[in-house]
Amino acid sequence: MSMNRRKALQATGGVGVLGMFVAAGVITPQEARAQAAAARNAAAFDAKDLNGVVRAFGADSAAPSAAISITGPDIAENGAVVPVGATTTLPNVQMIALLVEKNPAPLAAAFMTTPDMEPFVATRVKMGQTSDVYALVRADGRLHMAKREIKVTLGGCGG
Amino acid sequence: MSSPMRIRAAETGGVADVRVLMAHPMETGMRRDAAGAVIPRHYITEVTARVGDRVVMTAHWSPGVSTNPFLQFRVRGVSKGQQLSVTWRDSRGDTRTDQTAIT
Repeated sequence: MSMNRRKALQATGGVGVLGMFVAAGVITPQEARAQAAAARNAAAFDAKDLNGVVRAFGADSAAPSAAISITGPDIAENGAVVPVGATTTLPNVQMIALLVEKNPAPLAAAFMTTPDMEPFVATRVKMGQTSDVYALVRADGRLHMAKREIKVTLGGCGG
Repeated sequence: MSSPMRIRAAETGGVADVRVLMAHPMETGMRRDAAGAVIPRHYITEVTARVGDRVVMTAHWSPGVSTNPFLQFRVRGVSKGQQLSVTWRDSRGDTRTDQTAIT
């Protein structure tokens, strides 16, 4: 078995489906790694606080970075629909994630970037109350972060 | 049958600015209806964008993304006339793909 296949099998957990596909020659080791890296991180979406999300992404902490900027209103009139965006000048970006710290499950969205994508995303999120909005960026395997406070006058989780 | 997504992809200098508006309730599972019953969780879990057959973006979402989701991103190395398609998959296993030509 080639060295590349052996390493890819280790990366994909050996007996996992991706490992089987690589061993059978159905997909290349590079494709297997890319698929594993782009898969949904269930633990990150279940985490109840910022630290839980960071740990679920495999880091002890995320380094604050001035190279990440978050766009959004200072005050959101309607917490159900808050436009937020994030962009970064960090190179080799693999993921941009948007978190609303005070939401019951802070991780709102994780964008798995490809080299074909500019490191920029924008969407609209629900905010239950005034909170810091975090952008976590994985670049070159390391996790960086920035935050921006958005005040909410009418909370957006309903009920 | 779900409503179509509205997708706009405008290219300048080889980079397409893509804006998508999807129709989806994005229910968190924390709301109650008028009778007091919980409205079940129902939300888009994954979004994939392609230029032709090439995947250019994958996004994983929680119900924290607003109802009728808006999404904006930029794709490099494109030219006018290429097909930009967006696919979403939700927590019920439903899926939808819409596409547009890059202008």
